[in-house]
Amino acid sequence: MLAERKATPEPAPEAGATWSMTLEGNPDAVRDGLRDLFSCELLSGLTEDSRGSVEIVVAEVLNNVVEHAYAQYTGKIDLRITRHPAFLAVKVADAGLPMPGGELPGSKLADVSDLPEGGFGWFLIRTLTQDLSYRRDGERNLLSLSIGVDNIP
Amino acid sequence: MKLESERRGEIIVIRAMDDRIDAAGAIQFKERMREIIAEPSQRVVLDMSNIGFLDSSGLGAVVSVMKALGPLRRLELSGLTPTVEKVFRLTRMDSVFIIHKTLPEGLRNAG
Repeated sequence: MLAERKATPEPAPEAGATWSMTLEGNPDAVRDGLRDLFSCELLSGLTEDSRGSVEIVVAEVLNNVVEHAYAQYTGKIDLRITRHPAFLAVKVADAGLPMPGGELPGSKLADVSDLPEGGFGWFLIRTLTQDLSYRRDGERNLLSLSIGVDNIP
Repeated sequence: MKLESERRGEIIVIRAMDDRIDAAGAIQFKERMREIIAEPSQRVVLDMSNIGFLDSSGLGAVVSVMKALGPLRRLELSGLTPTVEKVFRLTRMDSVFIIHKTLPEGLRNAG
C-alpha cells in the first residue's frame, strides 16, 4: 500500500521538506495513509490546532477522490505535501472521473436545523485552505491547495 | 468500530472505544449505534473521549444516529477531543447536539 515514502529525519523539518506517498483509492488505505502521515516527521513542530486542520483537509480531499473520482472504478492516489514556514503545500493526483463540469464543487453548507448528513467535506476544505485549484490533465485530476499552519513557539 | 454501552437508570451511556470515526468505519458505527439505541431510554450519551479524529462521513453518521433517536430524544455527546470539536464547530453542528465537556456527574464510571 505504501509504494513510496520520503521524509526528512530532522525533528523540525526545514522549509521545502517534502513527504509523498501513493495509496490505493479505498477508505482503509486512506485511514492507513493518514496514520502514516501523522507519524512522520514532516508535521513535527506544528501546533495541535494546525495538525488538526491538516488531518481534516487531507482526509476530506482523499475521501472525495475515493467516493467520487473512483466511484465507478478504483485506482491509485498520489499525495505530496511540502512544508513551508507558514503553510503546507498539498498536491493530490488521481486517475479517476473528472470533477462534474470540470470545476470544484461549491461549499454551501446546508441549514443545520435540517440535520444534513453530508455536504460537509468541501465546506471544511474551503474553510481551512487557500489557493485551491483543480485541473484535468489528460486522464488525471490534479488538485492543489495550501493550508496555513502555526509552529509551536 | 467497538462500542461499549451501559445503562444507568434512564440513560444509555455509549463509549466509543476506537480512536476515529471515519469513512472506513462510519457505516459500521451507524449500524452498531442503531442496535444499541433501539432499547428505549430517556437519554442517550455518547462518550467520544477516545475519538481523536472524525471526518465528514463520521459526522454524517453521528447526525444520522441523532435522527434515528426520533423527536423525543436528542443525542448527547461528551468528551470531544480538539480536532473532533473543530469539525463540529466549523460545520456549526455543535448547535444541534447537547455537548458535555466530560461525562455528566454520576456517569463518570460508566462504560
